[in-house]
Amino acid sequence: MSALVEARGVTKHFPLGRGRTVHAVDDVSLTIAAQEIVGLVGESGSGKSTFGKTLVGLHDKTAGDVYLEGEKLPTRYTAADYRRYARRMQMIFQDPYSSLNPRMTVGEIIGEGPRLHGGGSGATAREEVGRWLERVGLDRGHAARYPHELSGGQRQRVGIARALVLEPTFVVCDEPISALDVSVQAQIVRLLGEIKADLGLTLLFIAHDLSMVRYVSDRMAVMYLGSLVEVGRSDDVYFRPLHPYTKILVASNPEPDPRSERQRATIPIAGEIPSPVNIRAGCRFATRCPEVMAVCRTVTPELRAMTDGADERRVACHLYEPASEMRRV
Amino acid sequence: MTTSKDAAGDTAGVAAGGGAGGGPGGAAVLDVADLHVEFDTHGGIVKAVRGASFSVRQGKTLAIVGESGCGKSVSVQSIMGLIPMPPGRITRGVARLDGIDIIKQKIINGEEVRGNRVGMIFQDPMSALNPTMRVGDQIAETLQVHRGLSKRHAFARAVEVLATTHIPEADARAKQYPFAFSGGMLQRAMIAMAIACEPDVLIADEPTTALDVTIQAQILDLLEELQRKNGMAIVLITHDLGVVARMADDVAVMYAGEIVESGSVDDVFYRSAHPYTMGLKAAMPSYATSKAIGLRPIEGTPPDLFDPPAGCGYFARCPHAMRLCDPHSPHRFEVGPEHHARCWLHHPSAPRGAAELYRGEPV
Repeated sequence: MSALVEARGVTKHFPLGRGRTVHAVDDVSLTIAAQEIVGLVGESGSGKSTFGKTLVGLHDKTAGDVYLEGEKLPTRYTAADYRRYARRMQMIFQDPYSSLNPRMTVGEIIGEGPRLHGGGSGATAREEVGRWLERVGLDRGHAARYPHELSGGQRQRVGIARALVLEPTFVVCDEPISALDVSVQAQIVRLLGEIKADLGLTLLFIAHDLSMVRYVSDRMAVMYLGSLVEVGRSDDVYFRPLHPYTKILVASNPEPDPRSERQRATIPIAGEIPSPVNIRAGCRFATRCPEVMAVCRTVTPELRAMTDGADERRVACHLYEPASEMRRV
Repeated sequence: MTTSKDAAGDTAGVAAGGGAGGGPGGAAVLDVADLHVEFDTHGGIVKAVRGASFSVRQGKTLAIVGESGCGKSVSVQSIMGLIPMPPGRITRGVARLDGIDIIKQKIINGEEVRGNRVGMIFQDPMSALNPTMRVGDQIAETLQVHRGLSKRHAFARAVEVLATTHIPEADARAKQYPFAFSGGMLQRAMIAMAIACEPDVLIADEPTTALDVTIQAQILDLLEELQRKNGMAIVLITHDLGVVARMADDVAVMYAGEIVESGSVDDVFYRSAHPYTMGLKAAMPSYATSKAIGLRPIEGTPPDLFDPPAGCGYFARCPHAMRLCDPHSPHRFEVGPEHHARCWLHHPSAPRGAAELYRGEPV
């Protein structure tokens, strides 16, 4: 498995002043293979969006490195860096209302990339825009419209065309369907799948909808309070979760099936995600974990591989460390 | 249930009457029939609700499910008197609470219906609570207004109600302002406000849409617990079929201002009788959905309600549409006990394939 994108110990802190720091992302390592879709799930405030933005350089890194096709990316992007990497890495945003400039037409929004990077004539850029409008299921006539004239689903299609018009290799999709209606979600997911197959895209798919992430992605990474707690093949993580937090996430996720919902044993979870300011030692989930042990409050568990190879599974939990296996008996 | 003086509209018999799941196992507490709501706008008149009928039984949960713009929120807000009139207006229909039409009569036996006999919670608690008032005072206010309690008694009672929604340290929390609460805690505070007067019906409009799944599970558990305790009926408005499966006894599926299918939760999920319901199910991943099967999106968009179609609202998107569906609005067919669908495929002279389509899965 050759890594197209590799994050090594990526950390992003936001200083609040007076010595206080938001630990948005702490020491996250994740590899994404070429043409793979990795889903990133977690509650709001878990740092998944910050991680995605840090990967493509929209946030500076506090520590750690990101490699794209073996090439180390800058820690802090300059304007020239953005121009250089925009052809290879792009981002699709959650809110199709605030992520499109309301004063630009759809044609200008999609055409901005080719204009800055292609250097071709106006006619070829217009042709490119028209081709992409059709490809994402809109009409060429939409080029003259403004975002406010479009529905949410249409805007998200514009956002996708804007991100993909330069044919990047790696795209971070930050909650691309959360703001859309159920029937439109499936349209957008199918569209992404079609274009992914055509262009051979590699995707990081950030979402809080577990069912959709399981369906969309090859592998799934679960984030809690800035750290990865579990990584593995999507079906493995969803149907056989190991980390207590993943178990709770899956159990909390209602399935559209009344019979299984009636039989479901819910695992109650106490409280809410704590503040990511000045995090204490030990496992970050210890304050809410139903299976918490003494060691969890003092020692931070490492994300350890349980199985290797194609079905690699990594979990950060003391329950699965050899020593604690013995202690539990 | 239906009184003759309130005969609902000219299509009575086929289109009106009954409503979703007023069936065995409980009397309908709130029964809405043939509701029509319009709004005047610069662009013309929007016919947001076009003959919706539904009812909820005592101690049970009715889920109204549908996508944005289908009229599900407008339906309940209009009967609660929460839409500004003008530009909005109810042009037809009744909403009976224990037999009395609360669209016409806002006070029953000296008690105000809204906020007292019918409570309501909203999607966004931050905008539903007053940011300049302590949370406890806001809950107490409903008790002072509706129950005539003194300020001190009302506040003490507010703390008790907050505690029943499992807010830790309720007495300290009651003295805080909304900004000090997290999203999940605000939703609990709003639930406390809505149930303070022990309403017969609680209307929950997308109560968990803005919340994370773990917090959503907590809030849904809380609603169920309160329902068991108080025996209140819940009208749950949502677009999430997972939440419907988890909570509902009865379901009304709404599309383009109409209830297109209604019945028990099992009927609607396992013996779906409208192509829109089937489309929604196929568009959402479930346990069984694998990449091989794939999601099937519903192509197209809902119709323009400035100029609603004469026939079936789902015609343009329906994979099973017939010529008849374009000009003629489908009747409400009884497809099983307390299970109704507005779809011509249930007509006795519909093509043979239709029965096949709706066979549902074996139970």
